[in-house]
Amino acid sequence: MTAPAAAAAPADEPRLSREHMLDLLKQMIRIRRFEDKCYELYTQEKIRGFMHLYDGEEAIAVGIIPVLDKRDRIVATYREHGQALVRGVPMTTIMAEMYGKQEGCSRGRGGSMHLFDRATNFYGGNAIVGGGLPLSIGLALADHMRRNDIVTACFFGEGAVAEGEFHESMNLAALWELPVLFVCENNLYAMGTALTISESETDIERKAACYRIASEAVDGMDVIAVEAAARRAVHSVRDTGKPYFLECRTYRLRAHSMFDAQLYRDRAEVETWRQKGPIARLLDRMQTNQVLDPEDGSRIDAEVDAEIAEAVAFAEAGTWEPVEQLTRFTYAESAIPADR
Amino acid sequence: MQQATVQSTTIETTYREAVREAIRDAIKRDKRVFLMGEDVGRYGGCYAVTKGLLVELGPEKIRDTPLSESGFTGAGIGAAIAGMRPIVELMTVNFSLLALDQILNTAATVRHMSGNQCGVPLVIRMATGAGRQLAAQHSHSLEGWYAHIAGIKVLAPATLEDARGMLWTALEDPDPVLIFENVMLYNMIGKLAGDAGPVDIDKAAVRRPGRDVSLITYGGSLWKTLDAATALAAEGIEAEVVDLRSLRPLDDATIMTSVAKTRRAVIVDEGWRSGSLAAEVGMRIVEQAFYSLDAPIGRVCSEEVPIPYPKHLEEAAIPQTPKIIAAAKAALGRL
Repeated sequence: MTAPAAAAAPADEPRLSREHMLDLLKQMIRIRRFEDKCYELYTQEKIRGFMHLYDGEEAIAVGIIPVLDKRDRIVATYREHGQALVRGVPMTTIMAEMYGKQEGCSRGRGGSMHLFDRATNFYGGNAIVGGGLPLSIGLALADHMRRNDIVTACFFGEGAVAEGEFHESMNLAALWELPVLFVCENNLYAMGTALTISESETDIERKAACYRIASEAVDGMDVIAVEAAARRAVHSVRDTGKPYFLECRTYRLRAHSMFDAQLYRDRAEVETWRQKGPIARLLDRMQTNQVLDPEDGSRIDAEVDAEIAEAVAFAEAGTWEPVEQLTRFTYAESAIPADR
Repeated sequence: MQQATVQSTTIETTYREAVREAIRDAIKRDKRVFLMGEDVGRYGGCYAVTKGLLVELGPEKIRDTPLSESGFTGAGIGAAIAGMRPIVELMTVNFSLLALDQILNTAATVRHMSGNQCGVPLVIRMATGAGRQLAAQHSHSLEGWYAHIAGIKVLAPATLEDARGMLWTALEDPDPVLIFENVMLYNMIGKLAGDAGPVDIDKAAVRRPGRDVSLITYGGSLWKTLDAATALAAEGIEAEVVDLRSLRPLDDATIMTSVAKTRRAVIVDEGWRSGSLAAEVGMRIVEQAFYSLDAPIGRVCSEEVPIPYPKHLEEAAIPQTPKIIAAAKAALGRL
């Protein structure tokens, strides 16, 4: 292939080279198949607790996170396997964390909902809806005060928009001109409560205007569109130092967690959305553009399967933290803080 | 901790000024330190603690916030994780409940949940306690609640030395530290060493030695308890007064040493009796020093009522010197 066409195109334009689209496709399949494996392991009771799958929403993490720089920061929710994987947290340590093994990315202390990785500036894994928003404000405030050219991307669902912490954080970010990229993953349901019965204004993007925050809504099932929007958004934050609000309209194709009978929605509704799923969507596009080779699918599957097999083997071989260490990590064990 | 040696110079100051000097000193010493909270800047602080600091140190270091307790407390947590040393001021402990999610679910848990990758070197200061007729939404003493939370440290400076010295040590601590300043202490005048500086934040202090009964207290109740000890001395009862200083961790060793000596204990706590810090201290004495005791442990706590507005009812609701004297005598069987 020739060099990606996007190299010379304006940075915010979609990048449509075959290699780039294959990369996006692989990243989404990687998340999907990793979580398929997690589901299987959950039924085998290898993974326990709450586990929230990202099926249907992969285009958001895949479209946004690679646009960020290594130095940028990410705050995510309890539905964060996708974000962690795309960010480059090793699949091995994520899987070990799901098992609760001490080789996990949070030493096994966090589990599925609390993936942390300082090396990639991945600040969790917050399981209080809206709880990560003020944290992102603080990370960005520190960067603002030290004149660091760093963007903090904060992921949250539309359910968080009903929380006071959302509004406090939006106001603080705008008031103090902090470099935060707010990413609202609007999947239409806060657990089982539909957006239409939880918000007086269901056009989430409009809420940003109250705080004078630049904003955009994008089809969150279209990874190409998400990526283009993310470029505009990240450039805006970097250029202005001010926040930006990106609403990604998406759908959660699986249950909220592993304990959800989905009484609140019809199977037909889910099926309709599945047809519009981000992986199918990109495959369609690539086929239409005739950039998908017959062997691409099997090659990606083989690569992803190998990575997953390695991750499972790593987690299986992982060790349980001795119970004698139970009370560790409540307070620092040395006087030297983690980050200066 | 307490300066045992005579200082070459002492200054007359107030508790309020001691806290202010601690803040000023910390911000000047360490460029990572800044203060944020409601009305800390232009207004000068709800209790005038930060008066003058905005002009002196500027709006980056003395940051006025909107009325968003959860938002700016969380911002303090994030800034601390990213390497700053924020001081968050919450006007009163009652308002801190609006930030409880961030304090409990984030500040106290992140080190653990992240497998030791993200510590939160944050200091949160707030006013606590009754006595100014501010009624039932501005007067409670909830520091005992906070002392229940694993992952944070809880301090109650009662003296000028501690008001001046605890902040810097707390800022050097790699974990979140909550400092509770009793509102009745802000106007307290006293002598402070001219070179007063950092003090330890994990030891209790014996403020008055005695052999007959241990009066264990902290914060605003310390001075009422010392008054009680003076009165008791006039009746031939030598009470030992222990100032807990740190409510989490508790300094069991100092408590047990005192109880082993006096064989009697009364705990004075401005929190409500049920589920109080006094209950925790009492139970620890039972667990660790039961066979030293010559009498049941006594408690003087707040009555089980929201703090009322009228002066006489407010006074009756919280520990007062006569109640402490009576409880000490009861422990000695001298009713």
